Formats: sequence, C-alpha cells, structure tokens
Amino acid sequence: MDTGTFRGIITGLLILAFIGITVWAYSRRRKPDFDEAANLPFADEDELNRDAHHSPQQPKSEGDSRHVDSRKNKGDRNT
Amino acid sequence: MSTALEHPTYNYKVVRQFAIMTVVWGIVGMTLGVVLAAQLVWPELNLGLPWTSFGRLRPLHTNAVIFAFGGSALFATSYYVVQRTCQTRLFSDKLAAFTFWGWQAVIISAVVSLPLGYTTTKEYAELEWPINILIAVVWVSYAIVFLMTVKQRKTPHIYVANWFFAAFILTVAVLHIVNNAAIPVSAMYSISIYSGAIDAMVQWWYGHNAVGFFLTAGFLGMMYYFVPKQAERPVYSYRLSIVHFWSLIMVYMWAGPHHLHYTALPNWAQSLGMVMSIILLAPSWGGMINGMMTLSGAWHKLRTDPTLRFLVVALSFYGMSTFEGPMMAVKTVNALSHYTDWTIGHVHAGALGWVAMITIGSMYHLIPRLFGRNEMYSVNLIAVHFWLATIGTVLYIAAMWVNGILQGLMWRAINDDGTLMYTFIESVEASGPGYIVRLIGGLCWVLGMLIMAYNVFMTVRRGEGARQPLPQTA
Repeated sequence: MDTGTFRGIITGLLILAFIGITVWAYSRRRKPDFDEAANLPFADEDELNRDAHHSPQQPKSEGDSRHVDSRKNKGDRNT
Repeated sequence: MSTALEHPTYNYKVVRQFAIMTVVWGIVGMTLGVVLAAQLVWPELNLGLPWTSFGRLRPLHTNAVIFAFGGSALFATSYYVVQRTCQTRLFSDKLAAFTFWGWQAVIISAVVSLPLGYTTTKEYAELEWPINILIAVVWVSYAIVFLMTVKQRKTPHIYVANWFFAAFILTVAVLHIVNNAAIPVSAMYSISIYSGAIDAMVQWWYGHNAVGFFLTAGFLGMMYYFVPKQAERPVYSYRLSIVHFWSLIMVYMWAGPHHLHYTALPNWAQSLGMVMSIILLAPSWGGMINGMMTLSGAWHKLRTDPTLRFLVVALSFYGMSTFEGPMMAVKTVNALSHYTDWTIGHVHAGALGWVAMITIGSMYHLIPRLFGRNEMYSVNLIAVHFWLATIGTVLYIAAMWVNGILQGLMWRAINDDGTLMYTFIESVEASGPGYIVRLIGGLCWVLGMLIMAYNVFMTVRRGEGARQPLPQTA
C-alpha cells in the first residue's frame, strides 16, 4: 500500500468517525440524557442557600443533602 | 482568607486564589504590552538597557498574558466548574494547592529569567529547561486533580465544559513535553533535540495547538458553563456541543503548518495546513453559534447585564477571529499578511476580544459567588470596563489591519525595473500613526483592568465583612 492510499483510508475513517458522532449525537434516543446533561450547571444551586428568603430549606451542610434537593427541585434524575 | 467563606462541600480556596491572581497577572501582562506598544512609538523607552529591551520584554508580555493571566483564569474556572457540575469536592486539596503555588513559581521564574535574557528562542515556549520541568510537574498534577475529580463525580454525565477542560489539559501536557524536549548544556541553556525544518514544524505544531487548546478549548470550557449560567438557560444545543467538541479537537491538530507558508517546510505540508485551517472554520463557528443561540429569548438581558455583554461580545470576537484565521491561512492571503502587523492584530482580536473578554465575564460571575455575595460591588463599573475593553480592542485591531495591509503592500511594491519601491524603514515610518492608535487601545485595556481590580477589591472586602458574625473595624 502506498502512502497516498494510506492517507486516503485515514481520511475516509475520519469522515466515518465524524458522521458516526453526528448520527449518535442527534439520535432521538439520546435526547433525554442530553437534556439532563445540559441542565447540570443548574442542578447545583447553592447560591440559593445563601439568601435568607430561601431559608425554609434545611441549612445544608454536606453534598448529599443538596443533591437530594436538586433532584427534587429541578426534576434531575441524578442518583 | 476568612474561614467564614468556606463552602461545606467544595474547595473554593484554590479557586479564589487563582481568580485573584487572574486579575493581578492581567494587569501586569497588559501593562507590559502597553510598555512595548509605547516602545514601538518611542524606541528610546527601552532606556538603553538590555533588561528592558523590546526583544526581552516581548516574550515576558506574551508569557504573562497567556500563561499567567489566561492560565490562572483556566485553573480557577476549571476547578470551579468541575466541582459544581460533578457535585463533588476536588480530588485532593493538597495537590490543588501545589498547582497554585507551583504555577505562581513558574510565572515568577519567567519574570526573572526572561528579562535576564535566558530563552530557548521558541515562540510561546521561551522558558529554559529547569522551568519547563517545573511546568511539566505542575501540569501533570493539574491533570490528576482535574481528571480524578471528574472520576469521583456524583452526577451520571460529564458536562460538556469538562470535556473541553480535559482536552485542554491533556493536549497541553503533550504539546509542552514534546516541543520542549531538549538537551541541557548548562544550568540555563539547552538545545532542542529537533533540527531544521522538523524543529520549525514541531514548534508550530506546538504554537498553533497552544492557540487551539490553551486559548480555545480551555476558554470554550469556560463559555459552555458561564454563558448558560449568566443567561440563566441551558446551552442552545447539547448535541451540537458534542459534534463541536469532537470535530474541533480532530481538526485543530493539523493546522500548524500555516505558520510556515513559503518556508523550507515541504509544500504539501503547507497546503495541508491551509486546507485544514479552512475546514476549522466549521467547528469554530458551530461553537460560536451554539453560545450565541443560548441567548435566544434572553437578549433583553444584555441591556441590564454588562457581565453577559462581556460573554456575548467575546463570542462575537471569537467568530470574527476564527473567520479571519482561516482566511489568513490561505497561501495567497498569507503572502500579503505574514510578517506584518496584521498577524499581531489577528492575535489580539483573539486574545483581547475572545480570551480576555470571556475570562473577564466569567470572573465577574465567579468572584462574587466565591466571596459570598450575589453581585459585584458595582455593576456600573462592570459596564465602564466593558466599554473600555470593547473600544480598546476595536482601536487595537483596526490600527493593526491598516498597518498590516500597508506594510504588506509596501514590501511587495516594485518599480518597472524590478527593484523594490520602498525601503524597509519607510514602511516602519508609515506605521507610526497606527502604533499610536494601538497604544491608546492598550491604555483603554489597562485602565479597564484597574477598574476591575478596584471592583474586585471592594467585592472581596464587603463579602468578607458580610459573612463575619462579629463586628470588625473597617
């Protein structure tokens, strides 16, 4: 196999990889997972804890309790 | 730092340290840039001393803004984002503290060694071998802290920002180690193990990917967290962000040869670099559009939120410079633009418009939260900073476009008999007005950073005061 053929094969593989990633990313089956991932920056709202008017919540002292709250408040399915 | 600010779960101490140093090194690095800009207008400002000459201060400026300012910002935001989106504390507080002090030691070494004239002569990799070893150790520690934090995450997904940060950390480790492979000759002198055109290609494979991964992928990580946070809505398309990530990292690697058009590099490598640079427009704009469209339905926030304005204008400059870059990588355009001030203008459209603006926007979001406040001390001062930064960038890049095209055209102009129409010094004289405009743009930037420093200082002071249970003297 000469160098030109080898390069052609590599290029072809990269195109296939690109198409594969695109098809995978845009498949309907992945949508719920991606929606959940896209909301990760909001799944962890500890700014709320600092504000007095949000105080009905228990003061949180560890990660686990916040975790439960974020699941409750945001519909996040993280477990 | 007061212990009252400690977060119950997260390690905010190291984030605070890096965030404050981002502002400090930003002022230092940009002030050096202004000194250099002034030296190009008034050459006597080098004071006739070797330590303050242009050739020694210029690498100090680039190292200070890229690695000290940009680097500290990347450490701060990546440590913050990875904790917040993985809902877990940093893997190791001690190792994280080591990355902070180690990185500051690297910067101090640069501040001392570059003016003394120690240099490998490789652009953006000027530091000599003992410092390079320290960088490698700090960087590997950074990779361990970041990746192990991702590994122990409490969430099922790895948020896209963390993918970008991880790619940036891993790639910079590889780039740094490969490009700085050298044989030490004495304590502060080494010789690269590469030679000739291969040395040049390795250097620009490093140089361009320093742009692609340090100054792009890392800051895209910032973008994917702070733009949605500040706009208070999730990213426009998470699917697009995945395609954006993989295509960007696949294509960026191959664009380096465009720094070596019309040199001893084989012609096929130059053409390959050109073609890959043009292809790079697609993933770059994919990411830019994804960031911009995150604001759909929230554009009104720009009227009242100068922090969001910083983030959005950063994306605009990112779109602009990632269009300009592929265009300048076309060999015929490069024949005009290369070695002129156009290149410097292009770099600063990216460095000031994209990197610095996305950093500053992120810092204005981050700093109040790190110090227990909801907002910066003064939102109006953020707006003042925004306008200074925007006007400064526009003045800078417009001046360099004019100068660059002027120089390119003067250098290629020939008389009927084939002799050059202008001497080199004539093109330098013609560039004078542009250098003055560039200096004014740089001064706007430094002034803006000083305003930011004041705003940050007041935010930190009030934040600490507000969190203290006991009254204290002011």
